Amino acid sequence: MNTQERRKERIDRGIKVRTEGIYAVSSWQEVTYLVLPRLILIVGLLLLPLIIPPLLGPYWKRVISYAAIYGLLALGFDFLAHFVGLVSLGGAFFIGVGGYTAALLNKSLGLSPLFTIPIATVGGAIICTLLLLPALPLRGVYFAIVTLMYPLALMRIIEALNIFGGTDGILGVAGFPNTWIEQYLIIFIVIFALFGLRRLVNEDIGLVFRGVKDNDQSVRASGLSITLYKAIAVFIASGLGCLGGAYLAHIYMWSGISQFALDFSVIPIAATVIGGGGTLVGPLLGCFFLVPISEWLRTFGTLRIVFYSVILMAFIMFRSEGVMVYAQRKYHQFQRWVKV
Amino acid sequence: MSNNEILQVTDVCKTFGGVQALLNVSFSVQQGEVFGIIGPNGSGKTTLINCITGFIKMNSGKVLYNGKDISNKAPNHIANLGLTRTFQIMRPYYSLPAYKNLIIPLFSPRARRKGGWRGGGKLGDRGTVSIDILEEIGFERDSFVPYKLASSLPTGYLKRLELARCLALKPDLILCDEVFSGLSMSEIASMVPLIEKLQMDGITLVMIEHRLRELFRVASRVMVLNFGEKLIEGIPEEVMANEKVREAYLGSEKVLDYTFEA
Repeated sequence: MNTQERRKERIDRGIKVRTEGIYAVSSWQEVTYLVLPRLILIVGLLLLPLIIPPLLGPYWKRVISYAAIYGLLALGFDFLAHFVGLVSLGGAFFIGVGGYTAALLNKSLGLSPLFTIPIATVGGAIICTLLLLPALPLRGVYFAIVTLMYPLALMRIIEALNIFGGTDGILGVAGFPNTWIEQYLIIFIVIFALFGLRRLVNEDIGLVFRGVKDNDQSVRASGLSITLYKAIAVFIASGLGCLGGAYLAHIYMWSGISQFALDFSVIPIAATVIGGGGTLVGPLLGCFFLVPISEWLRTFGTLRIVFYSVILMAFIMFRSEGVMVYAQRKYHQFQRWVKV
Repeated sequence: MSNNEILQVTDVCKTFGGVQALLNVSFSVQQGEVFGIIGPNGSGKTTLINCITGFIKMNSGKVLYNGKDISNKAPNHIANLGLTRTFQIMRPYYSLPAYKNLIIPLFSPRARRKGGWRGGGKLGDRGTVSIDILEEIGFERDSFVPYKLASSLPTGYLKRLELARCLALKPDLILCDEVFSGLSMSEIASMVPLIEKLQMDGITLVMIEHRLRELFRVASRVMVLNFGEKLIEGIPEEVMANEKVREAYLGSEKVLDYTFEA
């Protein structure tokens, strides 16, 4: 007996159903609700170089660039930690590799920053990914330890073998033509990285990354190699870090072993705690808050670490979810009293 | 031996430390049949599936899939050959909506190769394909259920989601690890036709089950494991009539006889 019959059915396209809830284009109020937070962020970042240095002095031009570089690291950290499930302390590693690659390309081949920064970004990311490849099956704190070990090891190797200028570093790296380009280029890069990463984690490949974090065995059962996707994620995050490092080398016009300093590993994590992990924008804003604070506290000399710690502790104890998680909740939801 | 054997498992052994989890287990599955694996708790059923699908390495033995040796290959490699499995303890991506859970298997090389337009069907839209699969597996298309976070779905839907993940890979063989466990009688009743439909679609199924009545409705052959060893294999009626199987499940009959006599 043939139990199979055919009938024709008409069904809504999946995309039609999924876009049904979108009314945004129908009124200015809704457009504003969606666009305003993003607009404030973008305009705010773009206005920083115009507002801050005239108020606080020319030194603060540099601080804006630093904050943006730390922002790139924090974006990479947040992406790896909250969307791929790899806790990376490799900020210093990425900055160092990117910085040395850019400096070496500039000094030995005479390439201009226009070329060294992209090459150092991609090349540095390849180097970092290859070096971290053996550690990719590790999870949690074990991966963190390996990423922390690399900058320390590389620092000592450069010192001991006296390569790449040894403790003096590589001097005389080309700088940027002027400080406006220096500040705005990195701000544009940061904005692009932020919105790019946000788009990426909601794309299909981003869902795979999030799957690796949620349930790696399930990803393997789905026919995808977790090592491959972890490697791609590490490539993206280390690319951001190497870009920052290369940029830093050209700002300093120097590259040395202090680029493997642990500040680059620790501040992005602190910024993620303050800004709110998993939001991507939070860690970025955290950097634009923490880096200037840390510069401003320099006037207190060695006491600045104490103030710094107090600020961090206060955030961890009273707003451990982070500012952006809190802000997003307040923006999208409201509370009211109801009689029960 | 006939040449339409899709899966051929020979002498699989696995020890965890001093525990012999599997000892020389051999069986073969015909193309298109439903093959049941039963046995008391701890008899090594899940370990067997883990060994076949590469999630744990076996100590010795051989697994042939479509005549190809897949022993101890990587799980993702095996899944890409069309041999998929569900997990007894469901493993969805809790932070993703149900239909986005399926985008991950649809992203796999096999689904991209077989699914038309890189796994996205005719329109290249993986979201649409995943909703189609979910509807097939019993998620109501017009309800909110496919769009809800997996963390908010009840067990019944999560079990279906496990099956859906396998279907997204366009499998030839699904190893089902207790898809009926933890479900209510009515949920099971609605799952059985689903299994029958999969079989009609030409998918071979290997089912681990404790729900014997439902299993025997669909399974053509059953194998019994006890303490990591294969007791017997055959059609369900024969197997359940077997003395050793009754012993494994209910304990030794002799004790019972003794009490009757006393």
